[in-house]
This record gives sequence, structure tokens and C-alpha cells, in this order.
Amino acid sequence: MITTSGLTKVYRSRGREVTALDGVDLHVREGEVYGVIGQSGAGKSSLIRCVNLLERPTSGTVTVAGQDLTALAGRGPRAGRELRQARSRIGMVFQHFNLLSSRTVQDNVELPLEILGKSGKERSRKALELLDLVGLADKAGVYPAQLSGGQKQRVGIARALAGDPKVLLSDEATSALDPETTRSILQLLRDLNRQLGLTVLLITHEMDVVKTICDSAALMDRGRIVESGTVSELLATPGSELAAALFPVGGDASGDDRTVVDVTFHGDAATQPVVSQLARTYNIDISILGAAMDTVGGKQVGRMRIELPGRYEENVVPIGFLREQGLQIDVLDRAEPQAVPAKDGAK
Amino acid sequence: MTWSEMQPLLSEASGDTLYMVGWSTVIAVVGGLPLGVLLVLTDRGGLLQNLAANKVIGQVVNIARSMPFIILMVALMSFTRTITGTTIGREAAIVPLAIGAIPFFARLVETAVREVDGGLVEAVQAMGGNTWTVVRKVLVPEALPSLISSATTTVVALIGYSAMAGTVGAGGLGDIAIRYGYQRFETQLMWITVAILAVVISLIQFAGDYAARALHRRGGDSSVAPRLRLLKNRTPATEAIASDVNRAA
Repeated sequence: MITTSGLTKVYRSRGREVTALDGVDLHVREGEVYGVIGQSGAGKSSLIRCVNLLERPTSGTVTVAGQDLTALAGRGPRAGRELRQARSRIGMVFQHFNLLSSRTVQDNVELPLEILGKSGKERSRKALELLDLVGLADKAGVYPAQLSGGQKQRVGIARALAGDPKVLLSDEATSALDPETTRSILQLLRDLNRQLGLTVLLITHEMDVVKTICDSAALMDRGRIVESGTVSELLATPGSELAAALFPVGGDASGDDRTVVDVTFHGDAATQPVVSQLARTYNIDISILGAAMDTVGGKQVGRMRIELPGRYEENVVPIGFLREQGLQIDVLDRAEPQAVPAKDGAK
Repeated sequence: MTWSEMQPLLSEASGDTLYMVGWSTVIAVVGGLPLGVLLVLTDRGGLLQNLAANKVIGQVVNIARSMPFIILMVALMSFTRTITGTTIGREAAIVPLAIGAIPFFARLVETAVREVDGGLVEAVQAMGGNTWTVVRKVLVPEALPSLISSATTTVVALIGYSAMAGTVGAGGLGDIAIRYGYQRFETQLMWITVAILAVVISLIQFAGDYAARALHRRGGDSSVAPRLRLLKNRTPATEAIASDVNRAA
């Protein structure tokens, strides 16, 4: 639904060059919620603004719903008619809502319809329908200043949906909200994704957002996509930073003659009681140092850090047993540097 | 002078002042609003970025702003004659008043429009709006409380300038105060005109503040509130300083 290839954005100011995007290839499938996560300055904002060409990419292409937007952009700095039409079919919600304080809630939702040249009757019908969809039917006549942050974002979402978009871009939509409101807004986005088949590309710096609603995720760092994939693909990737951050497990070995193992559950193995099976089969005492389990995309996934008595050499057989169960096993050993310490990934 | 002698003088002068100030305000708003918006749009990072045009407009505005009004009035005499067919009287005074007020108001518009959150512009662009849509639906309506304060400031400044219009025989309250009060030692008449001017300015300021605040109350943006506070209890003499402070801020 959204594809970027070789997307590069370089800002030039007073002779200095800053590379915000450095060859970003992104592929968002139709109907999925795709999260791009990264620290501030990683290039997330530039990326999402390049998708609807609010920012002109220095090079590379952006395709949304089969339409090459970069080809529509033209040479000048101003957006031509075709690009503006394409933009009206892409909804966007913002961190600071960006509602017009001079207009009522209903008039704010009607604004994109005014731009599309719809008649007054059609505008108010559509606006009221959308306000009902986001649960604010009773607030049509009030001004944004009278609303709470969560309500403002609901208006922002209703406004973004006015042009019947297939794609919704969310620029840190929940970053200005408290945790509880964040959950309700994410739930709304999830519902809209399912009910309307809306493809959602969101950027965030909160791992919780990715964990709550994303089907796929990408990690950005210094203008590049470091990792990407569906959540279970990421979990299956040994040493994935995103997986480690989504399912952080901590805890150190309690002594020198112990083996610490990270067990990653994804797919069917997650339903098996493997730890107790392991203890029974080999008659060993297992300590659980840390665990993070969750339901992601309707599947039970997670990671667990366990400690086995004895050094690694003594535990080759039990570890082999775990691998046979279809689990992904990472052995943490201070003596062996090739093992991946999961903690470093937990940003 | 008795009241029966003063009364017709004063009512005619008040009428002249309101006539001159009224028309020149209308022209200043019509001319200054697009000019101020253009100053923002053509600036670096603006929607119509054009640094050469921005510099030219900015320079013209600065030169017009820095010229003392009485000089401007004399300098524009031939221009005034082409427009109104005369260089004396109320109509002739409107031309330099309006031309002096256009750049004054344009600078205030520029400040007001700059305060509009760039995120709103971005939102409208993301909906597929063009530059004209941004100006019409975002910049002007969102800056409206500030623009009304700016118009009030301009009216008050114009009342001050209009005192000098007497030099081209345009009449007005300021002219009465100078000709009768100062040159003929009619101190009483002078103080009455000063009182009338004070009342008129207070009323205009009150109405402007009220309108701006009423519009502002529905919006949550706090950027206008401190400016309104600054605007209170102003006299024409402090206007110029206050507007410079606003511009520098």
C-alpha cells in the first residue's frame, strides 16, 4: 500500500548538510498497522512527511496505493493539483492535533470536505457521521479549546477520515496524551483499521504503541531502517533489538557455575509448558530470572530468561531439548562474546 | 468663546476626523492585510518563498514607516492630486493617511500571522489545500483576534496622524486644538478637543479589545493574551513604541 525505495532527505542550511533519511526502503502492506519507532532525531518525522510529500525527498520514490507520488510532485516547491488530490486521499493525524481554534469541532471536520469542494449539506452529514464514529457526536458545536487532549485527537482522527482515505498517517498521535487516553486512542485506531480496512503508518517513540496495535514494525536509527518485519518475524530474528525492546527481560546469573538462557516464544510453541517439561525430563532446577509475555496480533508471544545450574558444557542436552521444541534459544555467556546480551537492545 | 460658538466647530471637526480616519482605516486594512500576509509567505521557509520579493516589500514598508507623517503628506502631494484632483481638504488628507497606515498595519499583520502555528498550515496542506486555502482558512481566521487588535492600534495611530492633516486644510479635532487652542489662546476649547479625543480613543480601544477578546475566548491559543494586556491604557505617543516592541518580540 505504501512503498518507499531509496528514500533520501538531505537538509541544507548555511552550507551545512544534515542527512535525515539515508536510503529508506519501507513496505507497508494493505490493511496492516505499521509502526516506525526510533529516538528523536532518527528521521521518523521526515519519513512520514515524505510519504505525503509535505517534505520533498532529495532522491528516491514514494508509492501510495499504486500511485507514484514523487512523479506527481513536479519541480517547483509548490504542490500541483495532482499531488494535492493524492494528498486528500491520505489522512494524517498529528501529535499536537493541529485543529483550528477559530472553528467548531464540526467545522474542523468539514474543512477537508470544503477543500474537496463538497456541498454544505453533504459536508455536515459526513462530519456528523464521522464524529459519531469517533464517539464525539455530542461535541459537534463546541470549540477545540473546550476539549480534553484525547477528545481533540478524536476530532483529528475524524478530520483525517473525511476524505475517505485508504491510508492514515499518524505522526506521534499519542505522544501528548496520558497513558489511559493513549490506550483509548490506540484502540480507536485499531478499530478503524479493522472496520474500514484502513492501512495505518504510524511513527512513535513509545514501544508500548508498537506493542499494542502494530502488525509490523521498523526500527529507525540515524536515518536508516535498522530492522523491520512483522512482530513475529522480528521475534524470530536472533539478536533483534526491536524484539528485545518489545519483550525486555533482565536478570543476571546468580553465580559463576550457572547458564543463562533467553527463550523466545512465537507461534505454536508458546502454548506448550516447556519449562516444566524441561525440569521433569532432565530433573534440573530452573530459575526464571525474567519474563515478558504478551498477545501480539492475536498470538501469544514473548521471551523468558531462565537460569540452569552448571556451566554451558553441562547444559548442552537440555538446551538442545528446548531447541527441538521449536523455541528460539540465545545463550548468554560472559565468556563467549558471540552470544547476544539482550539488555543492550532494550532502549 | 461661548459654548454656542464652540459647538458647531467641534461637531464639524469631529465629523472630519471620523471621516478621514474611517476611510483611511478601510484602505489601510484592505491594502495592509495582503501586504502583511505576503511578507510572511515570501519569507524564508514560507509557502511562496521568494527572498528577493520579500526584501523589496520589506524595504518599501520600512521606508514608508520611517518617514515622518508631515513629510509624507508633502511628498505625496502630486500623487494626491492625481487621485483626488486636489491637495487640500478632507479627501486630500485621506490619501497620505492611508498610505502612511498601510505599511504600519502590514507590519502588525505580519506579526499576527507569524504567530499562527505552522502545524495548522501543515495540516491543511496534508488535506490537499493550496496556498490560497491556507491563507483563507487558516492564516487569516486563526490570526483574527490579533488582527483586530492590530486594526485598533492602527485606528488610534491614525487619529494621532490626522491632527497634522489640518496643514492641508482638512480640518479635524487636532486642527481645532492647534489653530484655536494654541494659536488663538482658546485654552478652554483646546482642553475640550483633547477630552473628546481621549473619549474617542478610549471607546475605540475598548471596542477593539472587546471584539478581540470575544473571538479569542473560544480559541485556546494563549499567544494573544499578553498583547492585549500591553494594549490597555495606551496613548498615541506610546503606540509607536509598543508596536516596535511587539515587532521585536
